[in-house]
Amino acid sequence: MRHSCRALRATVSVAALLTISTNASLAASEVNIYSYRQPFLIEPLLEAFQKETGIRANLIFAKQGLETRIEAEGENSPADLLLSTDVGRLEAAKQQGIAQPVASDILKANIPARYRDADNQWFGLTTRARVVYASKERVKQDSITYEDLADPKWKGRICTRSGQHDYTIGLIASMIVHHGEEETRAWLEGLKANLARRPTSNDRAQVKAVYAGECDLALGNTYYMGQMQTNDKEPEQKEWAASVRILFPNTDGRGTHVNISGMLLVKHAPNRDNAIKLMEFLSSAEAQQIYAEGNFEYPVLDGVEPSAIVKSWGSFKPDSVALGEIADARKKASELVDIVDFDAGAN
Amino acid sequence: MSETANATKVSGVRRLVAEAGRLASLIVPPRTGGGSRLGYWLLLLVLLLVIAPVLSLLAIAFGDAGDVWPHLLSTVLPRSIMTTVWLMLGVGGLTSLLGVSSAWLVTMCRFPGRGVFLWALLLPLAIPTYIVAYTAVDLLDYSGPAQTLIRWLFGFKSARDYWFPEVRSLPGSILVMSFVLYPYVFLTTRATFLMQSACALDVARTLGAGPVRLFFAVALPLARPAIVVGVTLAMMECLNDIGAVEFFGVKTLTFSVYDTWLNRASLAGAAQISTVMLVVVLLLLWLERRGRREQRFATTTRRYQSLPSFRLRGWRAGAAFLVCLLPILLGFVLPASVLMRSVLFHWRDNINSDFLAAAGNSLLLASVAALLTASLGTALAYFARSQKSALVKAVTRLSSIGYAVPGTVLAVGILIPVAWLDNLIASSMKEWFGIASGLVLIGSGAAMLYAYCVRFMAMSYGAGETGLQRVSPNLEAAARTLGRSPWQTLVEIDLPMIRPALMSGALLVFVDVMKELPATILLRPFNFNTLATLVYGQASLEAFEKGALAALTIVLVGIVPVILLSRTSGRSMHE
Repeated sequence: MRHSCRALRATVSVAALLTISTNASLAASEVNIYSYRQPFLIEPLLEAFQKETGIRANLIFAKQGLETRIEAEGENSPADLLLSTDVGRLEAAKQQGIAQPVASDILKANIPARYRDADNQWFGLTTRARVVYASKERVKQDSITYEDLADPKWKGRICTRSGQHDYTIGLIASMIVHHGEEETRAWLEGLKANLARRPTSNDRAQVKAVYAGECDLALGNTYYMGQMQTNDKEPEQKEWAASVRILFPNTDGRGTHVNISGMLLVKHAPNRDNAIKLMEFLSSAEAQQIYAEGNFEYPVLDGVEPSAIVKSWGSFKPDSVALGEIADARKKASELVDIVDFDAGAN
Repeated sequence: MSETANATKVSGVRRLVAEAGRLASLIVPPRTGGGSRLGYWLLLLVLLLVIAPVLSLLAIAFGDAGDVWPHLLSTVLPRSIMTTVWLMLGVGGLTSLLGVSSAWLVTMCRFPGRGVFLWALLLPLAIPTYIVAYTAVDLLDYSGPAQTLIRWLFGFKSARDYWFPEVRSLPGSILVMSFVLYPYVFLTTRATFLMQSACALDVARTLGAGPVRLFFAVALPLARPAIVVGVTLAMMECLNDIGAVEFFGVKTLTFSVYDTWLNRASLAGAAQISTVMLVVVLLLLWLERRGRREQRFATTTRRYQSLPSFRLRGWRAGAAFLVCLLPILLGFVLPASVLMRSVLFHWRDNINSDFLAAAGNSLLLASVAALLTASLGTALAYFARSQKSALVKAVTRLSSIGYAVPGTVLAVGILIPVAWLDNLIASSMKEWFGIASGLVLIGSGAAMLYAYCVRFMAMSYGAGETGLQRVSPNLEAAARTLGRSPWQTLVEIDLPMIRPALMSGALLVFVDVMKELPATILLRPFNFNTLATLVYGQASLEAFEKGALAALTIVLVGIVPVILLSRTSGRSMHE
């Protein structure tokens, strides 16, 4: 019994020590962020923010589950801001009731209406286009549409990542908004029949497959091009990038599908004022410039230019449909992916 | 027919009621010394804590899943069930083949290299499946060395000119997972081979059994429970794996659970699928136990003679050498060298203060969790053994349940009771002392420790249980007759005898906590990294090479206890 008492006491004191040491690090003037965006990407922004305001940001990064955590933590949740990389997630968080509206004239002025929630519960910070990477060698045409991708002439020539990935779902959802469910299903079946291989891995790997000759067209987000073109660590990726051109689909018609990275204010944010300050800062010219240079994305703030590399891919017309509408079609899109068994690839 | 069925049902119900009654009488602690009464309540509390996350999962499963089920049943589930079944069968078969054959060879035979294989065969245990998956693709991909060599040899220009097996596939994932998971079988089987009384083998040899016969007629049946424990661990690990299957695009049930939670926005639906999975797993475990209920292999001696050994020469020695070398090569040497290469080329991106802090965190968490889980697991196993009621035993066995639930789902299951408790603490602190403490459990990292205990209790509980199975009840009875209390019996008789099993349990927990991802990610405090989350962060940036040192460290740290274990377990048996 004595042994167990000692063990118990030791455990308790270790736990107490852990508690004190971690809680002490959370100082008074701060803001707490739960983030789906990678730390390396937002840290420069947070440093600039701290320099300007003295407010220190704390960060938790994950790829999923943060909404569930916020909901479970409830009223005492330390979370102030949620940063996300997909409009669908932002909208889902709103539906879940973990966000609160922000009435800020600065946010309204800086962020175009179609990139923010009508109820002011989420706000876009950057946009990225979902484009076609075409082989320079084997694809001659200079324009393309998403609808074209289902054309049998591309049989065995297209690569994409999983149909259940946020980015693919977003694209399929935008097709549903424009063409309705039935037509989108036929389109998705056509696209599936044209796949060169089973959809796996990430956007960059699809470009690599074009480089390797496995396919001629690959679907991907724009910023990956910049990441590959400037990758000094893995110079081989520069060769992948050099083997393809970016085609902005539907740019002569309804426009290219874009998605956003964005933010929302958590319902029970303990540092509400600091959080709103940070939100406004992130939409400011200074922060938008950092975003543009840091990750080859398109700033949402009018007047802030994309980086030189991004401009070199050419200009495009973004799809003008409101992102909220696309977010609403997301569930249907995910179901279609299952129904046509998209991820099994062409037979 | 139906009458007999009814009769069995009635007698089943009657038995259940009787058991429930007995359980109720058992919950009232025994009227012995105050010490054991306190211990009794403590163990019940531990049990409740360990089961709580699964209960909260069940509670979520009773929620409204929306209209997700008809869709799932007509599309996703049939496919993913088939995929899962094939994956588990494949991994189960291959791990037992690799694990048992190598364990038998190094334990019973003498051949060149055996001394090294003794510990080297455990090395793959130190490598997380997601890392092996990554390195396998790295090696076998279009720009990897294998295909580059083929193109160079035959003058091919592009991927269209030749056929090459796709690593990102079901067979690929079976191979990759088996070569990292077989040590579970090796470890448990070898422990049994070592512990089995040399007498049984000697008797068999005296009766004229050759090595082959000895293996199939005596050693293998005796080792069956241990093999099953090992294979079950390996299969559960692959059933619940998300890192590797996601990377390979293999749509298992666990994958569907994820999709349902994240893409179909139905946590309830996800919890329902996991509940069904859990029931299947429990059914399997129950069948397995039923199958060997009649078998008891207790040893009465603490002295182990040197086991008889066969000296292998010529091609036999060569074959044995290869059988042991292959799994080490594929499960450890190759992936480790890919990591080494990345570390050498990118060491500047790898060594920094983030890395050091994460390494410290990982070590601290893994040690505390291993200690905690090993003590609790043994205590629970001891408790279960001392109970007469089958129902109480079964309930206690539920403490292993955390291992049967996919990591992220379990993390959600843990999050909910922890957050509830945390909020309770926070509001009482405010009410009684006027202190705004915030969420102490989650904020301090205590929630992570709790998660590890729940997740890996199966390891230490299973180790404690198999260890205790081998301690003859006669010994304990003798100790009690001589006036020792249950506590003294545990300390003086049981613990020394089950030490190897206990250490292997603690080791498995330690290594697994180093690798653990989903619970750590969901429950960690602000600005907090472990080595595994560091690797995860870089991998999600598609810059795996920058996490290579962290990955390699997980592997290296995992190796140290692996070697320690193989040394001590081997020695203590032969002294």
